[in-house]
Amino acid sequence: MRLRLERRPQPSALMVYASPLIAVALTALIALAVFAAAGHEPWSALVIFVTAPVADLYGVGELLIKAAPLVLIGVGLAVGFRANVWNIGAEGQLALGVISGGFLALHFGVGGSPVLLPAMVLAGAVSGALWAAIPALLRTRFNANEILVSLMLNYVAGLWLTYLVFGPWRDPAGFNFPQSAPLAPAALFPILLEDTRLNISVLFALVAVATGWVFMARSFVGFQLRVTGLAEDAARYAGFSTARAVWIGMLAGGCTAGIAGVGEIAGPLGQIFPTASPGYGYAAIIVAFVGRLHPLGILLAGLLMSFLYLAGDSAQMTLGLSSAVAGLFQGTMLFLLLAIDVFVHYRVRGTPAVVPAPAARPVATPVAAEAAT
Amino acid sequence: MGAPRLELRGIRKAYPAVVANDGIDLAVAPGEVHAVIGENGAGKSTLMKIIYGMVRPDAGDMLWEGREVLVRSPADAQRLGIGMVFQHFALFDTLTVAQNIALASPARGGVEQLSEKIAAVSQRYGLPLEPDRPVYSMSVGERQRVEIVRALMQAPGLLIMDEPTAVLIPQAVEKLFATLRQLAAEGCSILYISHKLEEIRSVCDGATVLRGGKVTGVVNPRLESTATMARMMIGAELPEFHHRDEVAVTETRLEVTGLSLRSDDPFGVDLLDIDLTVHAGEIVGIAGVAGNGQAELLAALSGETMADRAAIRIAGTDAGHLSAAARRALGLAFVPEDRLGRGAVPELSLTENALLTASRQGMVAGGLIRYARVRAFAERCIAAFDVRCSGREAAASSLSGGNLQKFIIGREILQQPRVLIAAQPTWGVDVGATLAIHRALIDLRAAGAAILVISEELDELFAIADRIGVIAGGRLTPLRRRRDTNRDEIGIAMTGATFGTTADGGTRAAQA
Repeated sequence: MRLRLERRPQPSALMVYASPLIAVALTALIALAVFAAAGHEPWSALVIFVTAPVADLYGVGELLIKAAPLVLIGVGLAVGFRANVWNIGAEGQLALGVISGGFLALHFGVGGSPVLLPAMVLAGAVSGALWAAIPALLRTRFNANEILVSLMLNYVAGLWLTYLVFGPWRDPAGFNFPQSAPLAPAALFPILLEDTRLNISVLFALVAVATGWVFMARSFVGFQLRVTGLAEDAARYAGFSTARAVWIGMLAGGCTAGIAGVGEIAGPLGQIFPTASPGYGYAAIIVAFVGRLHPLGILLAGLLMSFLYLAGDSAQMTLGLSSAVAGLFQGTMLFLLLAIDVFVHYRVRGTPAVVPAPAARPVATPVAAEAAT
Repeated sequence: MGAPRLELRGIRKAYPAVVANDGIDLAVAPGEVHAVIGENGAGKSTLMKIIYGMVRPDAGDMLWEGREVLVRSPADAQRLGIGMVFQHFALFDTLTVAQNIALASPARGGVEQLSEKIAAVSQRYGLPLEPDRPVYSMSVGERQRVEIVRALMQAPGLLIMDEPTAVLIPQAVEKLFATLRQLAAEGCSILYISHKLEEIRSVCDGATVLRGGKVTGVVNPRLESTATMARMMIGAELPEFHHRDEVAVTETRLEVTGLSLRSDDPFGVDLLDIDLTVHAGEIVGIAGVAGNGQAELLAALSGETMADRAAIRIAGTDAGHLSAAARRALGLAFVPEDRLGRGAVPELSLTENALLTASRQGMVAGGLIRYARVRAFAERCIAAFDVRCSGREAAASSLSGGNLQKFIIGREILQQPRVLIAAQPTWGVDVGATLAIHRALIDLRAAGAAILVISEELDELFAIADRIGVIAGGRLTPLRRRRDTNRDEIGIAMTGATFGTTADGGTRAAQA
């Protein structure tokens, strides 16, 4: 048998939405095998793995805190991804949000002004968008690849933040640790739920999901971006500006990443570290795709991703497994999702291996003789 | 007479959405020119792909010289002695003729040796070619010759030709037919795919008619009338078509003055000093062999490339500097040459594709899409233009070429444009849809729109245009009234007197 992939004319709508669920189910099966291989009773280990992180309210709060930036950034990135604008620079744009929000918090925190927090959020959004504007400008002006430019700017932004925290912003009372002084209470988001770290910055993620949904499904600009992503020639024919698609796509991601940066320092961290983000900017790319670039899907994918982070941590404690299992399961799930997608969009056709050999050339036309002489 | 060169028995091929071939029988005798005719979607292409090993049938047998064979790939087909000339050529622009042929040839040996063989084959069949010429400098007619010679180098017992005259000027068609007759006389069988019935009557010995994936008749085209074959092909009488009288010339809606544009593409064509006017209530046709500046002119008119401010005026407003969107706001509608990927987004539904260009029909309010209106528009378009589809939510890619074209033209016409520009409006579209499209254009003209049609089909232009011009080498001839000109005159103008392209695509250079 030789296997071939044949494109389905219209993929099943049901399967498009069911495939993430199938991927999750298959990942659970593989998890069972991993637990068994590690010497655990697989089923009870899986139950512990799944329930331990959210056994109490604190755990639920942690789940939401970790999911919020992933969802927020994921929605912003999805706007661009739908238009084939590949912003890989959310990590750097997030760092810019940390820098600008942190600047305001450190310099104006003592006064305790009520406008400080809104100003920090605005500064985060604007600075993240400005950082994303660099690749957008280079792309629209000089056709520079936005993937490379935005990716490289991550290192620039990361090193800038490192410099600040190791240098000017270092806490004099911090025993020389690379961290800023704790932010003033006026620069911190109010706690939403007693006895947890859950703060109101998670609402940004919900607002992003709602706005993102209206923008993508209902707005004409969202439609234009989608057309640009699917068929650029059609967009040009219809008079949709491709440069505008690049700008909107890049700025949406930059804006949300910047806000997410502020959410970290003004939320669970409460001070500025060089590693303000544990890779949210990159993980959000996975979240966007696992969520089918759809805001509601991204919400679920963000929760799932966050859950796997927490489950990895708790597996270390409760099951004695390395926290690397979180990465293992994340990778497995993404791989399975992509694999299932192939079958949603293509069907596998086999070609029988046994076929009679074609007859030897049966006709000798005069052309051959002529051409050979 | 012995066994047929090729015989098909009960070939069946079903795709998820459609049965493309349903129990097809076909026999081609040695030295026979056999036509396979049918409308688009009748299953001609699938059948040819099965014979050439590109598609595997679900059922049925294929016999070569009376022996059952299984063709798994084009390489198998070539080993048997089946050659194919595609409608869309597969040539590398930057390579020479000999290099292109060498790529497809299994034989070892240098390009020089091959050049001699190419010269021999091309001379023998009256297909003059210079082996060392790069393909980008060649006209479409010459490129087709490269394809034919390439197929003949494999010494085929059967040559499949897919709509070979679609790209040729009338004079070149005659030469091609002479070549085909000579090949047939030497014993090579030819499968000739077309929907042009007049051509088939002049060159083919037999014809198999397909409709809806089934054989509806096997006839001798010389003994049939065009009307009887058309009936077998479309299953109904060919509707009569009357061109209405010329209307009084009124307001100028589209005016192009001294438009010159350098092409960014190294293989593109520069536009040189193009003058053109289209009035309200008039259809202007532009003829020409593909690749003579049509694509560049269309892009300049639609706003996909920018021109000088005053070089293009739409409805009395300078528009050369305006974007495609701004020109549409002036009342311009545009039907592009490529349906999938440009005129329509393949993955999107017909509803969403209606929104693509018709958004100004009250479909957007406050930045949000009013889907009820979009759906109503799509439904109106589907009903008014008889678009066969599973409904307004069908993906554009699931429609046949002719139906998608009807949808795109309908979408543009329903916007009641002041100026409509249509490129190749009936390219690859079946007879029934062609008539529907022509009628829609005539109706739009009667409603007072100015229409510009750019087409490679002279029949089409003579059927619908009031004035006809010819584009060759990036220059446009003055427009002539249809009744003051004729096919021969237009055919000669199509040869132009420009670099690289000559009368029938290269003879002059080859003979020199």
